Amino acid sequence: MVGFCVLSFVLIVVDHLSDYLDDIRAGLTILVTPVLVAADIPGREAREISEMFSSRDEMRSHIKILEQDLTLLKAKTAKMAALTAENNRLRDLLGSAAKLQDNVLVAELISVDPDPEKHEVVIDKGSADGVFVGQPLLDAQGLMGQVISLSFFTSRVLLISDRSHSVPVQVSRTNLRLIAQGTGVTNRLELMHVQDTADIRPGDLLVSSGLGNRFPVGYPVGIVDRVEHDPGRPFAVVTAIPSAALDRSRHVLLVFTEEKLARAAEVRRNGSGG
Amino acid sequence: MEAVADTRANGLWVVAVTFVVAMVLAIIPLPDFVPAELGYLRPEWIVLVLIYWVIALPHRIGIVIAWSVGLLVDVLLGSLLGQHAIAFIVVAYIAASLYQRLRMFSVWQQSMIVFATVGLNQLINIWIESIAGLSEWNIWRLLASVMSAFLWPWVFLLLRYLRRRFDVS
Repeated sequence: MVGFCVLSFVLIVVDHLSDYLDDIRAGLTILVTPVLVAADIPGREAREISEMFSSRDEMRSHIKILEQDLTLLKAKTAKMAALTAENNRLRDLLGSAAKLQDNVLVAELISVDPDPEKHEVVIDKGSADGVFVGQPLLDAQGLMGQVISLSFFTSRVLLISDRSHSVPVQVSRTNLRLIAQGTGVTNRLELMHVQDTADIRPGDLLVSSGLGNRFPVGYPVGIVDRVEHDPGRPFAVVTAIPSAALDRSRHVLLVFTEEKLARAAEVRRNGSGG
Repeated sequence: MEAVADTRANGLWVVAVTFVVAMVLAIIPLPDFVPAELGYLRPEWIVLVLIYWVIALPHRIGIVIAWSVGLLVDVLLGSLLGQHAIAFIVVAYIAASLYQRLRMFSVWQQSMIVFATVGLNQLINIWIESIAGLSEWNIWRLLASVMSAFLWPWVFLLLRYLRRRFDVS
């Protein structure tokens, strides 16, 4: 009894202060993966059954809307490609490095942390798919979070709304650099240390600034919804609504940024060379 | 020698299955339309199952099983490795030292003990997390022990039925 207690305490301390135990955790996670998958079955089935009962007409109109969206997006992508090429030509003239398109991998949520205070989810891609710790996660609307631990087939993601998470952002209208911190509520982020005189107002779009080398530049993070100037406080109180549907998205995108890809390619080259 | 062991241990797979089911119940997501705060009402299924098996089979299910299940739960929930393990050891220790008395109690008297034990389990988790700076004190997390105590009679009856049906010993 005492031995096991001491062992547990040692494990807790080692796990908290270092990453020696990550491999053990990854191995044990494979053991509990069936539990994660089993817990996801009821929700999955409910969605499939509701799809089964939707009528033919509903499906048809749904497909029609999707086709329209697809055409629209294709046109936009084509224009985007031209703009990227032009942008790279201009960057070339300025002598700065060309910007590549970020690669993405589609993943699906399989579990959500049952503790309402912890905003963590588990996705169905792991180190076998090349996922790495710190990898940014997006949904169709914006930034969702980052990978914090890996297993072979799954990985755990910390959402930007968790109280312990902060994202470096900038206001896209004025390029004002700020830090957006999670509040523990899925529909609110808080901007830290905003000067009372700063040019920021409700409706401003916040995009990731890329500072800190964790998140890629320019992905939408949120929209400012409240700016409050309190004379009794040194900073203004500014909150934002996250762009990503943090509590609803099931299909998410893992981003492989250009530097990471370059580094991976280098490792592979060195590995095959040596 | 082997035959003797066979007659003594029987149907322990039932124990394993109940633990897996409890783990699934512990992480099963709430439907989208209910507020996330209802998550505080989620009973500690795994602790309930652990208490039952320690009372029913004190010679088989004890500290070691509690510790192993605790480690798996830590991995499952992404908490610090050892955090649930230590809480489960304490729960198993209390249940093992009280099992003869607990068997004499009515099911509602057992509920009182379950309330205290699950509460202690929650407190240990909260303590470890707040010492590590991972979460702040939140009184709502103790609601789980109230819910667990309320559900104990049904969990008890169900597990007792399973134990008799499959003759687990």
